[in-house]
Amino acid sequence: MKNLWDVFHIAGRELRATFVSPIAYVVLTGFMVLSGWFFFNLLMQFNRLLGMYQMFRRPDIVMQMNLNEMVMTPLLYNMTIVLLLMVPLITMRLFSEEKKLKTEELLLTSPVSVNALVLGKYISSLVFLAILLGFTAIYPWILFHYGAPAPELGSILTGYVGMFLLGAAFASVGLFASSITENQIVAAVICFVALLLFFIIGWPAESLGPTAGKVLEYLSLIGHFTDFSKGLVESRHVVFFVTFVLFALFLTKRSVESMRWR
Amino acid sequence: MIEVEGLTKHYRDFTAIEDITFRVEKGEIVAFLGPNGAGKTTTLRILTGYLPATEGKVAVCGFDVFEKPMEVKRRIGYLPEQPPVYNDMRVTEYLRFVAKIKGVPRKERNEAMERVMQRCALTDVSDRIIGKLSKGYKQRVGLAQAMIHDPEVLILDEPTIGLDPKQIIEIRELIKSLSGEHTIILSTHILQEVTMICQRVLIISQGRIVADDTLENLTAQDSLESQFLKHTMEDVQ
Repeated sequence: MKNLWDVFHIAGRELRATFVSPIAYVVLTGFMVLSGWFFFNLLMQFNRLLGMYQMFRRPDIVMQMNLNEMVMTPLLYNMTIVLLLMVPLITMRLFSEEKKLKTEELLLTSPVSVNALVLGKYISSLVFLAILLGFTAIYPWILFHYGAPAPELGSILTGYVGMFLLGAAFASVGLFASSITENQIVAAVICFVALLLFFIIGWPAESLGPTAGKVLEYLSLIGHFTDFSKGLVESRHVVFFVTFVLFALFLTKRSVESMRWR
Repeated sequence: MIEVEGLTKHYRDFTAIEDITFRVEKGEIVAFLGPNGAGKTTTLRILTGYLPATEGKVAVCGFDVFEKPMEVKRRIGYLPEQPPVYNDMRVTEYLRFVAKIKGVPRKERNEAMERVMQRCALTDVSDRIIGKLSKGYKQRVGLAQAMIHDPEVLILDEPTIGLDPKQIIEIRELIKSLSGEHTIILSTHILQEVTMICQRVLIISQGRIVADDTLENLTAQDSLESQFLKHTMEDVQ
């Protein structure tokens, strides 16, 4: 029980620290500016096509156009790229700062388990991620309010679930990167490189033969997100993300413990 | 209260401390005296469970540090060389956080915070951001943090380093006033500090204990200064 409370205490302090530092606001603003511009672009494109097909008197095509496929799915896709850039900035300080300021000595000489420490810090980054994604709910809201026919809610929610899982996987990599260095910039760069690698890892799959190709494709983070963005929930993707996160958390735990025997 | 036996720590090919053995009884204030780099901080870190030892045994309040680290951590208050404070927090917020992770029950937290703030004379700055406080106040916040869960053992690593003379006197008085209820080990390389607060001295040099005696016995024939020089010089030559 004490352990569970420790997780919340650690997460609470971490969140507080996130929101008293300017990083949180810079990241939130940056994310909204970029995703807002993507949304604006997609909407304008949708409008242009709609006008064009109406002018050509093609009601059959106009009937097929929908906001889910033409605005929300690509928007979520674009947002994953922004997320890829932003998550390293949120997670870089989690352990690095403690090492640099020597507050790590307080945490590791307190009766708090390493598990609680890692989990607490991770949960704080998940809460921030949820807040970040929460702000972007304005875009589907606009579609519901002004779009006719309104988009399908179910597939939008599915897309957001996928986005959250993807972000959670990003954050777990960031947490690990932060645990191996006391330099925040190094942590951010390591996280960014690792994320980008996992993003593009599936690209040479086709040229690499059936077995290696399958493995690479399976490891590709974005490959597991695609179905979500289309409104499909498949348990194997959920399993992948959960396994990915657990593995990264396990590595983080080991890395935090390792400073004790190094 | 604290039993250390044959403690050795190697960092790769460097030996930080070698075969250190000593005991500290309940209520004692013991000084760990030694030149810089003698292994004081390493020893204290091992006592707190922050670092593992290469060899040897440490027991605090009857619990082995390596086998029952949680039990030991609950009973130790530790002030590292650099006070482990979060510069973006207010003093009260910080102390509340420390009280939480040290396992002070919710109902007793306010009282514990009041108590340590009073003792460390922090009441006036309780709402200030720690990062804006002077070095002396930060040190006191660090000390308050170590005392918040009313631990049986206090381990203080150079508690007066970097303070001005007035602050040094205040911190010394504070530590002195804590004797009796707490068992205290403090490390220092300042000789007057030892004569002012401690009853017993362990002189450490080049990773070994070279003297372990009460202050009276050590200073019976010779001043502490010459004792210290004698013991630490031998090792150098």
